[in-house]
Amino acid sequence: MKLPVYEVLIIGAGIVGAACAAACAREGLEVGIVEADIVGGGATAAGMGHLVVMDDSEAQFALTRYSQTLWRRLSEQLPADVEYDGCGTIWVASDADEMSAVVQKKQFYESRGVPAQILDSHQLHEVEQSLREGLPGGLLVPEDAVIYAPCAARFLVEQAQSRGAQLHCPRVVTEIAPDGVRLNDGSSIVAQSIVVAAGTWSTRLFPGIDVRPRKGHLLITDRYPGFVRHQLVELGYLKSAHSFISESVAFNIQPRKTGQMLLGSSRQFDKDSSEVDHPMLARMISRAEEFIPNLSRLSAIRTWTGFRAATPDKLPLVGPVPGHENLFLATGHEGLGITTSLGTAELLLNQLLRRETEIPAAPYLPGRVYEGVHA
Amino acid sequence: MPDTITVNVNGTAVSVPSGTTALAAILIAGAPSVRRSVGGSPRGPLCAMGVCFECRATVNHRRHSRTCQILCTPEMDIRTGEQVDG
Amino acid sequence: MASRPAHFDVLIIGAGPAGIAAACCASESGARVGLLDNNPQIGGQIWRGESQHPSHIEAREWLQKFASAKIEFLASTEVIDHLEPGRLVVQSVGMQSGDDVRELTYRNLILCTGARELFLPFPGWTLPNVMGAGGLQALVKSGLPIADKKVIVAGTGPLLLAVAAHLREHGAEVRLIAEQAPRHRLARFALSLAFERAKLAQAFAIRRQLSSVPYKTSCWPIRATGEGKLETVFLRTGAHTWQESCDYLACGFHLVPNTELAALIGCELRGGFVQVDDSQRTSIAGVFAAGELTGIGGVEASIGEGQIAGYAATDRSGSTASLLPQKQRLDHFASLLKRTFALRDELRSLPDSETLVCRCEDVKFARIRNHSSWRDSKLHTRCGMGPCQGRICGAATEFLLGWRADSVRPPVFAAPVQVLAIAGSSQSQPDLVSHEEFR
Ligand SMILES: Cc1cc2nc3c(=O)[nH]c(=O)nc-3n(C[C@H](O)[C@H](O)[C@H](O)COP(=O)(O)OP(=O)(O)OC[C@H]3O[C@@H](n4cnc5c(N)ncnc54)[C@H](O)[C@@H]3O)c2cc1C
Ligand SMILES: Cc1cc2nc3c(=O)[nH]c(=O)nc-3n(C[C@H](O)[C@H](O)[C@H](O)COP(=O)(O)OP(=O)(O)OC[C@H]3O[C@@H](n4cnc5c(N)ncnc54)[C@H](O)[C@@H]3O)c2cc1C
Ligand code: FES
Repeated sequence: MKLPVYEVLIIGAGIVGAACAAACAREGLEVGIVEADIVGGGATAAGMGHLVVMDDSEAQFALTRYSQTLWRRLSEQLPADVEYDGCGTIWVASDADEMSAVVQKKQFYESRGVPAQILDSHQLHEVEQSLREGLPGGLLVPEDAVIYAPCAARFLVEQAQSRGAQLHCPRVVTEIAPDGVRLNDGSSIVAQSIVVAAGTWSTRLFPGIDVRPRKGHLLITDRYPGFVRHQLVELGYLKSAHSFISESVAFNIQPRKTGQMLLGSSRQFDKDSSEVDHPMLARMISRAEEFIPNLSRLSAIRTWTGFRAATPDKLPLVGPVPGHENLFLATGHEGLGITTSLGTAELLLNQLLRRETEIPAAPYLPGRVYEGVHA
Repeated sequence: MPDTITVNVNGTAVSVPSGTTALAAILIAGAPSVRRSVGGSPRGPLCAMGVCFECRATVNHRRHSRTCQILCTPEMDIRTGEQVDG
Repeated sequence: MASRPAHFDVLIIGAGPAGIAAACCASESGARVGLLDNNPQIGGQIWRGESQHPSHIEAREWLQKFASAKIEFLASTEVIDHLEPGRLVVQSVGMQSGDDVRELTYRNLILCTGARELFLPFPGWTLPNVMGAGGLQALVKSGLPIADKKVIVAGTGPLLLAVAAHLREHGAEVRLIAEQAPRHRLARFALSLAFERAKLAQAFAIRRQLSSVPYKTSCWPIRATGEGKLETVFLRTGAHTWQESCDYLACGFHLVPNTELAALIGCELRGGFVQVDDSQRTSIAGVFAAGELTGIGGVEASIGEGQIAGYAATDRSGSTASLLPQKQRLDHFASLLKRTFALRDELRSLPDSETLVCRCEDVKFARIRNHSSWRDSKLHTRCGMGPCQGRICGAATEFLLGWRADSVRPPVFAAPVQVLAIAGSSQSQPDLVSHEEFR
């Protein structure tokens, strides 16, 4: 039997693997994709799909801004079911201290070419009437957007397929071999380069990497068009004593194009079960109610959970594995992988082709967290 | 409870026997449909037992209420035509 | 939560025949028994509205028993969530504030959540006045005047006759009963009823009432049309198709169990039904199931199972011995029902490409049919993502495409956000977080 042979084999068809496949196929590489379950069915099916520029580190900023620009460029081509909505983000301050952080945040963004606008208490209430009165204001970042990631992943896979990429689905990679991969049906695939984009499952293929699943809860309501108009996120970071808390909630609400409200967010480590954790969900809701009292009256139709692939320094692992020139990682995107999938794909493509990357690749190289792994 | 109850369907008073559901009141009032679907087509009830959600309307200002599960009470305010932007 | 949770030794969900029987039997032990239902009155789908003037013998008997037993009935109460073993969150149906959200705790739980109709998509099935068969009956029971309306009753199952009779009684002009099952299977079914005097008497009574109504077998609706509401139904029998004008089409393709709560609790399902042992125990300790949830077997079977569950849940399994032979006989009846009213393959081609399968999200058949599974289709087309959470399209695609819509998440029924907040609220205040932690 003739084995399939590819220049690049991508493991995982979440948003990250899908973006890598589309980028590689666009450059004319022969691409294979192996997906264990369904396209976009992992963390990609759970995440909020907020395309957001972040300012907590220069590296985080660079990758999110780069990716956001790529999404904006792609948005014209996206089919309606990807629900691209350039609604922007408002970072909401809840007291005077946070309002001064808003000023700093604006300076950070503007000095790097990202439009941002300060809203005072009155303006904030004007644009978001569901927010409780008396909030001091917020920062509007108009270029942020929202998408529906499972359909985005499928669009990217189909784009790759239209340029010759092959999707092997459902097939599970059970082992990475020097010349390719072994699958659960006993067959093998030969490939010159392999990209592991298996999200939180990447540790099964690479026991050596420090990627931990970080659980999150979400809740979606029935349709209430116009209830909120921007993605609203609390700014409350000044209150936080530690940058790393094992369990936390924050106010984060997103208007879907359908008119539904999608409510986040929570974070928990060391949870294996995908079941909804009721106290956690309740805390998440009460936090949101502090900002939007009327939220409590909306009809909730479903809750669910998802797992983010978290790394210790909150930056993804993108690039070659030390000691394995043809083995690449594209995982560890934590709560930003939908945003950063497109930037990740461009970085990875250029690394594969040994070309210069458009933004510095060093902060994301797997080599920063470990010397070598046993594949 | 009195034998007949007067409720408001889309602003018009309608008298119905007690024990009537909000859904039946809507239909008695002569509304051609209960809601518009997300694609804009008119819909009426399907299951009348609370599972299909086709009978959603705004009852006493609460949107997306399943009217087949709600008994009419005096002065109940019922508004139909619930749709994506409604 | 407004007040301290009410505690029950035995809590029964669903006040149809199974739930009423379970409650009555459980209360004999002196245990504190609670029975709740999302309807304002007891009776479930079949005995709905019978509490005033029961017409069935069994109904009268059990409703009397219920009235004299010590049972707390929580009307218009819906289970929203299962927090952990022993703890449920319920709310009043159509509640207007958070005050009527409550936690109920239990030692043993008996699930008697019954069944709903199976609805199959065909062109025009979303038009107003195309309803379920049981659906139209329920609507008439809840106040819809039907006198002089032209109705076609269609689909499959013994329910069609009962519905037609009920509608006639209320003055409807039933123009046709279209049963998809073939005549020879129905004849065999009728023959086996000959050994069941009660069932046969019932059947004869209904037939007498319906003597002037055309009853066609191997016949089913293929399309409905109308401007803004139903006007015409197209039907088929064999190679022959024709149209009938009417005001209502009451159409149901027999029943599917309401397993959502059982699934959320974690009870094992097989072939779509909750698995139980001889004492109606599910795979989860302290949780029992009775009635249509465990198999579609009709009223008698439901009552029998309810009795067994009621005794077993109060540690008096001894009392159930006499019920077992009856249970076996009724199991036989259940499999007979299943064989008689098995859906014909032709019904799989009822929907055309444009037919909406998911009524909440308006998803066309063409969009879903090439997906690999329920979840694949749901994630990429929104089929099943609406407020009914796949209760209608999930059962339909199970028949049409062999999928299983198996994923249940809280809330069991759409509920105000605050209900979910109240549900877990005994905890401490949330931590505040750093801003990179927000997602
Ligand atoms: C609650 C929550 C909210 C979020 N919100 C946002 C947000 O608003 N914005 C944002 O940018 N990001 C957000 N994220 C993060 C985002 O969802 C993830 O970072 C992103 O989806 C990761 O994509 P992925 O392709 O790496 O992983 P996944 O989507 O998990 O894909 C991995 C794929 O690999 C497949 N796979 C695994 N093992 C194998 C194997 N051995 N063989 C073959 N295939 C395999 C899996 O089946 C899966 O399809 C959120 C995450 C969560 C949990
Ligand atoms: C942006 C966005 C918008 C969405 N909008 C909607 C919407 O409008 N309506 C809607 O219904 N959904 C919506 N979803 C959510 C979607 O239906 C899924 O719930 C979501 O993708 C997460 O999947 P899940 O974990 O619920 O897994 P599922 O798709 O439910 O299934 C995953 C597997 O987990 C199992 N499982 C499910 N529940 C449990 C449990 N409690 N414990 C253990 N195992 C369990 C299932 O059996 C299944 O095999 C949306 C998702 C996104 C990303
Ligand atoms: S008619 Fe189905 S929920 Fe009311």
